[in-house]
Amino acid sequence: MTDIQIDIRQKVYPAVGQAAPHAAIANFELTLNAGEFVCLVGPSGCGKTTLLNIVAALDQDYDGEIRIDRRQARPKIGYIFQNPRLLPWRTVRENIELVLQGRDAAETVDFMLETMQLTRFQHVYPERLSLGMSRRVAIIRAFAIDPELLLMDEPFVSLDPPTARQVRELLLELWRKRPHTVLFVTHDLREAIALADRLIFLSPSPMSIAGDIRVSIPRHLRQDETEIEAFRRQLLDGAPHIKQLL
Amino acid sequence: MSKLQNFFPALSLAVFLAAWQGVALVLDSTLLPSPVIVAGVFWLELVSGQLAYHLGTTLIRLIVSFTIAMLLGSAIGLALGRNKNLDAFFDNWLVIFLNIPALVTIILCYVWFGLTETSAILAVVINKLPNVIVTIREGARALDQDLLDMARCYRLNRLNTLRHVIWPQLHPFMMSATRSGLALIWKIILIVELLGRNNGVGFQLHLYFQLFDVASILAYSIAFVIVIQGIEHTILKPLDKKSQRWRR
Repeated sequence: MTDIQIDIRQKVYPAVGQAAPHAAIANFELTLNAGEFVCLVGPSGCGKTTLLNIVAALDQDYDGEIRIDRRQARPKIGYIFQNPRLLPWRTVRENIELVLQGRDAAETVDFMLETMQLTRFQHVYPERLSLGMSRRVAIIRAFAIDPELLLMDEPFVSLDPPTARQVRELLLELWRKRPHTVLFVTHDLREAIALADRLIFLSPSPMSIAGDIRVSIPRHLRQDETEIEAFRRQLLDGAPHIKQLL
Repeated sequence: MSKLQNFFPALSLAVFLAAWQGVALVLDSTLLPSPVIVAGVFWLELVSGQLAYHLGTTLIRLIVSFTIAMLLGSAIGLALGRNKNLDAFFDNWLVIFLNIPALVTIILCYVWFGLTETSAILAVVINKLPNVIVTIREGARALDQDLLDMARCYRLNRLNTLRHVIWPQLHPFMMSATRSGLALIWKIILIVELLGRNNGVGFQLHLYFQLFDVASILAYSIAFVIVIQGIEHTILKPLDKKSQRWRR
């Protein structure tokens, strides 16, 4: 596994009509250590998705570079979008197999389907799945390619709390079995504390890093809401500038 | 659909034939032969092999020109739909070609390239091509950018992206271009054959027009309608059904 360096000096959206050019990101430098689960926490609209799109090379109009172990390169990326982006004309299994592009990984896919409790639905078309199930398929698809970096853009947004919790636990179970470096975007601090090794707080306009904090709660205690709440309170009390951002 | 509704297509055909027979009996004119007479002529042409020969010739022209127009039109339409500069460059030409009367293209092709098979096919392709381009261009403009980004992010190769991400989205537009294409092309082919070929349904219609043989004209027209209906029910509809099976 490899370290990944994100160095974005500037990302500017050009002027459109009456609107002036808008600097979305400035002086953003972040190193993701191999196997680390990093959560980016920031207010809505601060540029988190823009950052993920740059890292995924979907947006190449910026000043900066993405490096793997200090070499300029494009990491192999598994991206879990806010909207699952499954192909509606392919079944659950076909959606996963498509990104494998002919690589024989039937056993891996079976294992992941089982871990995410989707074996029964592998031959079903996405239109017949709930949003929570579609998100789980998107998670499997991202893990299946054995990526160097997993990007997750608020993958539990608009799920009801029990479903979000279930999908979160399944995600963690899969991640424990197949550890990858993760960059996870959220605006929910409790969710971030439950998942992350490290929290990166973002300030908006233009987006930059306002805080970099390691989560000290042992992983086996992360399901305990009181532990998470205590850590959250301690964090916010000790860092008023972060409290202001959220 | 209720059981009664299943019989409606056959019922409407029977009503039409009965009305035709009735009007033909009342008029008692060679300008409107009865369905029975037309059926007789149809049978004679069929057993003589003339119908199969001329219909087959026209069908081959239809298949060749349709295939060229669809392949070329899809490629150009996709390129124009995805590239704004290319679209701006060719847009006016597309409108011009859409509005050139079919007869003008056919005559010019025959004048410039001679009364040959190539000219005939070229004339049909030129007439159909703009329609395919416009339809597929709309489809390409409507492609879901989120799915294309997903394909890019997961590094799907070009072939897989085209086959599994783009093509299924273009399918409704392709079907629309196919149906309108068949309807348009066979009408143009008949004119092409009428003006410059010595075989095919168009040539036969021209011959029977000179002889004022309305029964034969109707027999050949009906034969072609049957073939087009056959294509619709044996190829297009099953294809449509298969490709749309994922919908609820």
